[in-house]
Amino acid sequence: MADNTSNGNLSTFNTSSLRLKLGLAEMLKGGVIMDVMNVEQARIAEEAGAISVMALERVPAMIRAEGGVARMANPKLIKEIMASVTIPVMAKARIGHFAEAQVLQQLGVDFIDESEVLTPADEVYHIDKHAFATPFVCGARNLGEALRRIAEGAALIRTKGEPGTGDVVHAVQHMRQIVREIKALTVLCDEELYNAAKVHGAPYELVRMVAKAGKLPVPNFSAGGIATPADAALMMQLGAETVFVGSGIFMKERATPLDVENNPKEREEAVSRARAIVIATTHFNNPKIVAEASEAVTGTMKGLAAAAIEERDLMQTRGW
Amino acid sequence: MGTPLGGGGTDNTMNQPATTRPLTIGVLALQGAYEAHAQALTTLGATARLVRLPADLAGLDGLIMPGGESTTMLKFLERLDFFDTLQDFVSATPTFGTCAGAILLARNVEHPAQKSLGVLDITVERNAYGRQIDSTILTAPTSLPGGPLEMVFIRAPRITRTGSHVEILATRDGFPVLVREGHLLAATFHPELSADTRIHQLFIDIIRQQSSPSL
Repeated sequence: MADNTSNGNLSTFNTSSLRLKLGLAEMLKGGVIMDVMNVEQARIAEEAGAISVMALERVPAMIRAEGGVARMANPKLIKEIMASVTIPVMAKARIGHFAEAQVLQQLGVDFIDESEVLTPADEVYHIDKHAFATPFVCGARNLGEALRRIAEGAALIRTKGEPGTGDVVHAVQHMRQIVREIKALTVLCDEELYNAAKVHGAPYELVRMVAKAGKLPVPNFSAGGIATPADAALMMQLGAETVFVGSGIFMKERATPLDVENNPKEREEAVSRARAIVIATTHFNNPKIVAEASEAVTGTMKGLAAAAIEERDLMQTRGW
Repeated sequence: MGTPLGGGGTDNTMNQPATTRPLTIGVLALQGAYEAHAQALTTLGATARLVRLPADLAGLDGLIMPGGESTTMLKFLERLDFFDTLQDFVSATPTFGTCAGAILLARNVEHPAQKSLGVLDITVERNAYGRQIDSTILTAPTSLPGGPLEMVFIRAPRITRTGSHVEILATRDGFPVLVREGHLLAATFHPELSADTRIHQLFIDIIRQQSSPSL
């Protein structure tokens, strides 16, 4: 990371503000970030070894099932969760909704996710993330989308996958696509890079940085459909540097969460899933340990095949 | 020094003193900024080995415990007898802890209290400067040669007490941020996020010193 920040040609990559944002992203590598909807879930996540929690009112599986407009979580909930754990706390703002992001920065959350899981607030513009001291993570399905978000100031990219499904197929597709597009850039000569910038719809300086380094100038995590220890190991082997797990840990049926507050057996199930995914993420290249972790899991999210979702109901197509 | 866990005999370089041969330094890779540290070590000519299991410690000349989340790292150390093996290792082998790694090395951890390896005689207060919004980059003089040092603080802990044998090499607002006690080095900032390699070089010098019979 140090070489990216010190040798980068893009002037914004030398600002202390962006270096601090990238610094926290660096600390989050090799771990699991878990969606949590209440204090008890946040405590379970921390106990299980999550490196960070994402505070939200409904996980994507519930948003998908219940419909309506999905917005930033109530600040009261976010503050309660921030007070209950010592690990970094993230929260989501709607795409383009810079006022929600201002509120989240005011609350002191450690990372803001400008997320397609929530209902977009702007159909053209994403948030100018350079205007904030709090770091941002954004979703991407391909290299061009990732670089547009980085140009706007994102300090961390996560491939989108299809949230709330428990189906890893689109997380795989998006990670493979970004890795393939990065590899393709590394063999191009200078005049080809100008054209590549046009093709990807991304700033030339960023395209050139990626071509030289063979990787994104910010960490690249994976999200959207990761539900089992083996899913996490798969995404890490495909190039993810950390995984986000949403509905996969705390959901029972499609739109019903495990009752971790009142039912000890269901609490234990959530703990077993959370712990197993954490272990599999660190030991992603050790199938023996991934097997042991998988064996310790009681129950798995039922899930929804991504191929069965109507095009208009996809969350991943939000963002431009 | 010798290698407490043995070097496996097949590698001839292991029998040479660590003052001259290339060093193999481990980076605890349970989670966190391990890649950035590995890159810094490689730049300085050392071989970096990622350590995820107790067996990975065998034959190392030194170990870096990186920044990240100390609570997460502890969960892994509590499995597979890793905690005891690591405690034995760091008691005898040069080890450098940054941020979360410094927390793990400390004798006492506060805010909240937390289990630690307890080998370095300091007390550390976690997240003492606040949240990410309070993270900062400072450039200040230290007791190292070569002028002021850039120090990147990310959700940093604070060293609130140092034992009588602990040497303070740099401070921030009167509190130590870089300390050394014999073969142990700890920083509450992140030298792996700066281009300046002096801190990693200092750790390599400590390894060479510790293995030299005259010292």
